[in-house]
Amino acid sequence: MEYITPLWPAYPELFLLVMACIILIADLFISDDNRIVTYSLTQATLASCALLTFFTGNAEPIYTFSGMFVDDLMADALKLLTCVAVITTLVYARAYTVARGMFRGEFFALVLFATLGMMVMISANHLLTLYLGLELLSLSLYAMVALQRDSVKATEAAMKYFVLGALASGMLLYGMSMLYGATGTLEITQLAQLSAEDVRSQAVLVFALVFIVAGLGFKLGAVPFHMWVPDVYQGAPTVVTLFIASAPKFAAFAIVMRLLAQALGADALFEEWRQMLLIMAVLSLAIGNLTAIMQTNLKRMLAYSTISHMGFLLLGVLSGSLDGYGASMFYVVVYVLMTLGAFGVILLLSRGGFEAEDLDDYRGLNQRSPWYAFLMLLLMFSMAGIPPTVGFYAKLSVLQAVVQVGLWWVAVIAVMFSLIGAFYYLRVVKLMYFDAPRDTAPLSAGADMRALLSVNGLAVLVLGIAPQPLMVLCIEAVRASI
Amino acid sequence: MQGLPLLSLAIWVPIIAGFAVLFTGGDRNAQAARVIALIGAVLGFAVTIPLYTGFDLLQASFQFGELKPWIETFNINYHLGIDGISLLLILLNSFTTILVVLAAWEAIQTRVAQYMAAFLVLSGLMNGVFSALDAMLFYVFFEATLIPMFIIIGVWGGPNRVYAAMKFFLYTLLGSLLSLVALIVLYNAAGGSFAFLDLYATPLPIIIQVLVFIAFFMAFAVKVPMWPVHTWLPDAHVEAPTGGSVVLAAIMLKLGGYGFLRLSLPIVPDASILLAPVVIGLSLIAVVYIGLVALVQTDMKKLIAYSSISHMGFVTLGIFLFNAQGVEGAIIQMISHGFVSGALFLCVGVLYDRMHSRQIADYGGVANRMPVFAALFMLFAMANAGLPGTSGFVGEFLVIMGAVKVNFWFAFAAAITLIFGAAYTLWMYKRVVFGPVANSNVAELKDINAREFLILGVLAVLVLVMGVWPQPFAEVLHVSVSELLTHVSYSKLPVQ
Repeated sequence: MEYITPLWPAYPELFLLVMACIILIADLFISDDNRIVTYSLTQATLASCALLTFFTGNAEPIYTFSGMFVDDLMADALKLLTCVAVITTLVYARAYTVARGMFRGEFFALVLFATLGMMVMISANHLLTLYLGLELLSLSLYAMVALQRDSVKATEAAMKYFVLGALASGMLLYGMSMLYGATGTLEITQLAQLSAEDVRSQAVLVFALVFIVAGLGFKLGAVPFHMWVPDVYQGAPTVVTLFIASAPKFAAFAIVMRLLAQALGADALFEEWRQMLLIMAVLSLAIGNLTAIMQTNLKRMLAYSTISHMGFLLLGVLSGSLDGYGASMFYVVVYVLMTLGAFGVILLLSRGGFEAEDLDDYRGLNQRSPWYAFLMLLLMFSMAGIPPTVGFYAKLSVLQAVVQVGLWWVAVIAVMFSLIGAFYYLRVVKLMYFDAPRDTAPLSAGADMRALLSVNGLAVLVLGIAPQPLMVLCIEAVRASI
Repeated sequence: MQGLPLLSLAIWVPIIAGFAVLFTGGDRNAQAARVIALIGAVLGFAVTIPLYTGFDLLQASFQFGELKPWIETFNINYHLGIDGISLLLILLNSFTTILVVLAAWEAIQTRVAQYMAAFLVLSGLMNGVFSALDAMLFYVFFEATLIPMFIIIGVWGGPNRVYAAMKFFLYTLLGSLLSLVALIVLYNAAGGSFAFLDLYATPLPIIIQVLVFIAFFMAFAVKVPMWPVHTWLPDAHVEAPTGGSVVLAAIMLKLGGYGFLRLSLPIVPDASILLAPVVIGLSLIAVVYIGLVALVQTDMKKLIAYSSISHMGFVTLGIFLFNAQGVEGAIIQMISHGFVSGALFLCVGVLYDRMHSRQIADYGGVANRMPVFAALFMLFAMANAGLPGTSGFVGEFLVIMGAVKVNFWFAFAAAITLIFGAAYTLWMYKRVVFGPVANSNVAELKDINAREFLILGVLAVLVLVMGVWPQPFAEVLHVSVSELLTHVSYSKLPVQ
């Protein structure tokens, strides 16, 4: 049993696995009326998992499972945030799923397994571990998209997601196999060493890199691998869209760091993937922002907005400096915070048999509920990157990283597309504040959701006034881990 | 008063009051919202008075400094401090807020709390712009002002308000985003600091200076606004509610002029001198051509909006003359324009509240029904035309004096506009106020009430005082302006 010691760094994952199985079985014995028990158990599991992550955290990287698993500061931070994001998602999802008959054991089991997949991805120090986590996440997500069996749109979205996702996984796997062929190892720390020293197999490594970047591009949803994003976002039930759009981005960021910054971070290879990321980033900013303008469906608009945010995320990564990676991590945290809030408002306005997903459903929200209109205003300005909301500092730190390495013209392109992006965020504010309401049904939501959504929305402002702690956390996490 | 963080109070008292107003809830408690807003505005102005009384006229460096670390990762500090230039603008801003709250007392009946809150928050943010000594802090305040103004135009504006609000927001955002990149470039050049004083001391090659200048110019020229990026202003002014127009004209446009003085000139002096002819050319076009455009307007608010652009042309002209008369004249012109244009928009607001029309053609013979109002309106019209003895004269005269020193023809072109200015203002005044009573609506007009008289009367006194005795306004400027010009006179090109 030597090869799995020490075991404690993996306690959060193991605990989550055990609890997911227990909840899956326990749910069989719970009647529909008492489904709230499953919900509470799931939430308790996630909260305990977050606590476990916190208390097993450590500043220095610890390798275990014969070097397949790593527990470092970045992993701890991202896992903790993942748990919090999933807990928030479930709170927002409760009323919505109850009203649509999705409040069932499968939903919670899938959420837990997907979370487990994310945590494994985040802590992977071996390409197989990474792939294992990725597939666990992806398969759970495919099933979740198709959870509403009778919905044609959801089924179509699930199909599309599955086919494209499988293709992306295949590409990633192909790239990994070539890395193995060139270096003879799958362990990320060893890969980093070997790919830097070995100059003979450079051509194979670059070839592998192409596939890996393409695979990562799919998972992030960056142009030109973004086709699935709008359809899945729009087609999936809103709670599932919220889930896909939020926590998995932490895991995606983690594998980008592990694969590109760590395993293939050698100077010669860095130059290669920087070029690829640069093209992907600029295209994502362009197509994401320009296409979002034309959308009338809020979920689809947010899908394109996600694509443009991923472009910004890639900008931080391609600067290739620790500051840049830290900026990207800060960006992804802020992005998830804003996405949770924005979808939270969509879910708040939805009710049994009514999806508040058209932009017109937001008309006059200020007259129906000034408080939630104000929160949505903060979220929209934050997404547009207007100070004093936290979205501005996310953009600022990424731009600073890009300018620092001399790519100031990229920064100019990025801000110009942000300007275009500001238009469609402003349009939401316009609908909420300037127009008369069309839908006058009173808002109904549980106290838990109201409270959490308020905290979520205000966090955008509070972190905007005091961004320092979160920034330091991200930069320290990256410094200690890469 | 020693030891109180006066500048922080000037920023945060209005903002906190603004949020307090929001908590009064819906329009059922509208009166409470008005009272709290007025208290907040008066308190906000009260805390700025010690800034003037305690201001050291002989000190060249920034006064009332406050320094606290804010975002240590980027070495950004909560660094405040003012010189004479900022002092006047802060006083103007805090004072105008009181007038705006009073002017909306009866005119705004829907969503009163949100209206008052937006103006109070806006006022605090603009004080932040005027007192920030850290470029990123400046930028945060500068950008944040867009949010309340966007809401003000869009919610309480006229029929075409959505278009105007969007145009206002996106136009100004375009410039400021470019200047954000410029600031980041400067941050790296200065070795990781956003502090103005560090940026002032950083040598920069001319090509970088020119690019940075262009980026800043995009931000501040849009804000001023200068020809040809002025087109958002008439739309915004016409659609905005009275208070919005007043704040826009009296304070927000000054953010642009202030930006030139605080950022462009001292940070990139060589590029400023190199490109000054372009800026002066654009300013003169604004002064003359926009003056002619103002002449043909049929909408009172639009006419005053164009007149604002023309007057702000004097400001940019004065700034880029790089001599003491020019720069001081520009600043005095900014303050005077704050009083006069604010007063003119309030006058139009008084008429609009009664008649719900801004068209000049709908009026005529107002003097017969509203003699007190007509007298005050007359004073402001004269000040707008630059009549000696009013505040409008002082700034324009100084700028023209400064221009003569540089080039006679600059001064000549600028002086022509005094004629146009008199023409469009007085012609409008004649058509609206004089003559026989034009129609039955005018016949039913009632003269201004005590509240309106108070607002306009105070402004009238200020316009006259500043015209007859500009000393209290000018004396705080001398040292600050000469300090600024010293910065401009040293080349910042790196030594070969």
